[in-house]
Amino acid sequence: MLWVTCPLCGHRPIDEFKFGGEIPDVPASITDDAARDLDHVWMFNNVDGVTTERWFHEGGCRRWMTLKRDTHLDRVIED
Amino acid sequence: MNEFVETLLDLQWHEPKSSYDVVIVGGGGHGLATAYYLATRHGITNVAVVEANYIGSGNSGRNTTIIRANYGIPESIRFYQHSMDLYKTLEDDTGCWIMHDTKGLIWLAHTESAMRSERARCQLNTAMGTETIMVDPAEIKQLCPQIDLTGSGRYPVLGASHHVGASTARHDRVVWAYAQGAMRLGVHVLQNTPVTGLVMDGDRVTGVKTATGNISAGVVMSAVGGDVTQFAAHAGVRLPIRTHPLQAFVTNGYAQGFGPIISDTELLSYVSQTARGQMLIGAEYDRQQSFSRQSSFDFLQSCATKVSYLLPFLKNLRIMRQWTGRCDVSSDFSPVMGFTPAPGFVITTGWGTWGFKAIPAGGEAMAELIATDTTPEIIEPFSLNRFATDHSMADQGSTGTR
Repeated sequence: MLWVTCPLCGHRPIDEFKFGGEIPDVPASITDDAARDLDHVWMFNNVDGVTTERWFHEGGCRRWMTLKRDTHLDRVIED
Repeated sequence: MNEFVETLLDLQWHEPKSSYDVVIVGGGGHGLATAYYLATRHGITNVAVVEANYIGSGNSGRNTTIIRANYGIPESIRFYQHSMDLYKTLEDDTGCWIMHDTKGLIWLAHTESAMRSERARCQLNTAMGTETIMVDPAEIKQLCPQIDLTGSGRYPVLGASHHVGASTARHDRVVWAYAQGAMRLGVHVLQNTPVTGLVMDGDRVTGVKTATGNISAGVVMSAVGGDVTQFAAHAGVRLPIRTHPLQAFVTNGYAQGFGPIISDTELLSYVSQTARGQMLIGAEYDRQQSFSRQSSFDFLQSCATKVSYLLPFLKNLRIMRQWTGRCDVSSDFSPVMGFTPAPGFVITTGWGTWGFKAIPAGGEAMAELIATDTTPEIIEPFSLNRFATDHSMADQGSTGTR
C-alpha cells in the first residue's frame, strides 16, 4: 500500500485520501486564448514520470495538499 | 504468444517493407480489427500493424471480456449495440471460434436512487432497440441462484436491470481471429517493433520511427493503449486522457453453470464465469493515475470482500491469478475516435474500461474513416473536436467506474 505524509496528520495510508488529479499546466506552445482554455479544462499532461498533484485528506484533517509522485512506478516522492 | 498458440493459428508473417499505405501503431484488438476491415471491406491490403510486444499483449489481453450495450446516452448505446451485433457474426465472418457466449448481464441496485437509475437505463435502452428490462429480486434469484439477496445483510438487493444480450468472448481468440483474417489478405503484422516516434513533414505525419528504421505511410493510425498521450505528443496532439491502472483476478474452478454476468455500481465490481469455470472478478480502476502494471494485495482484499457480500460461495474459492491493465480514461468517459489536428494522423483511444466490447465496431468505423477520408456517422459524436465544440459525451455512470 502507498503511504502519504500529510503535513498535519503525518504518515497515513493512501486509502484515507481522495485523488484530486494533476495540477493543470497548459503548454506555453499554445498561445491562442480559447485554445488555452480548452486545454486547461479538458486536456491532461498525463505524465509518465514525476508529476505534481493534489490530494484531499478525506479520512483525516480534510485539507488539500500537494505532493509529488512518480506515476511510472506509482511511488510517492518524499522531499 | 507461445509456440503452442502458433501451431493453432495460421499467421503468415512478412518481412517489413519501408513504406505502406496505412501504418497502424498498436497490435491489439482495435488495431488488428481496423486492419481486418480495411482489407476485407475496402480492399486496402498495403497495411502494416506495428506492435511493440506480441499481438494482444496490452489491454486486449488484460480485460474482463464483457460485451454489452446498456449505456446511458443514445450515441453510446447505438455504437455498442452495433458492436454486439458484429460480435455475434464474427465467428462466421472470420471462420474462427471466439468462444462467444450470450449470458445476460444483471446490474444490481441496492438503493431507491439506484433503482431509478436502472429504470432510466431500461427506458433509454429500449428506446434505442437494446433489450434491457427491470427484474425483481425473485427473478434475480432465478437467473442467479448463488446470489445472497440480503447482500450479507449489508447490501440488500432491491432489483436490477437485466441486459439480456450481454455476452463474453475469449479475448485472445478475438485478437487472433482479426490478425489471421488480415494477414491472410496480405496485411503485415510486425511484432516486437516498438515505435519510437513519428516522421513529420511540417504538421503532417508521414511515417513512424522504429529501432530498425523509418516506415513511411500515407496514414498513420494510433491504436496505442497506455502510452497514447506520449505517442500523440510526437505529432503535437493534446489528448483528454488520464491513464489509470485497473486490476482483475480469477479464482480456481467453480461448478459450471454460473449463468449471468453480475455487475454492481454501488460495490463497483463485476463477476462472470470463464469457459474454464474460473470466476472472473474485476472492479473499478485505481484512484490515482499511473503507468505501473503492479498488482496489489489491497485490491484483492477490498474487491474480494465486496463481491463476497453478494456471492458468499466465492469465499471458499482460491485466487489463481491477478493482473493489471492500463486504462486510458477520457475526460467524459467516452472513447475518442477519428481525425486529429495533425494531417495524416488518425486516432482511436479513450478506451478506458470499455474497449474490448467495442473492438468490432471501432475497427469497422476506423477502417471506413481511413478508406473514405470521412468520419462515419456512427462515430461522429466521438471525435476529438467534441471538446472544442462543447459536445462532450458524458456517461460515467455506464462505465462501471467511480
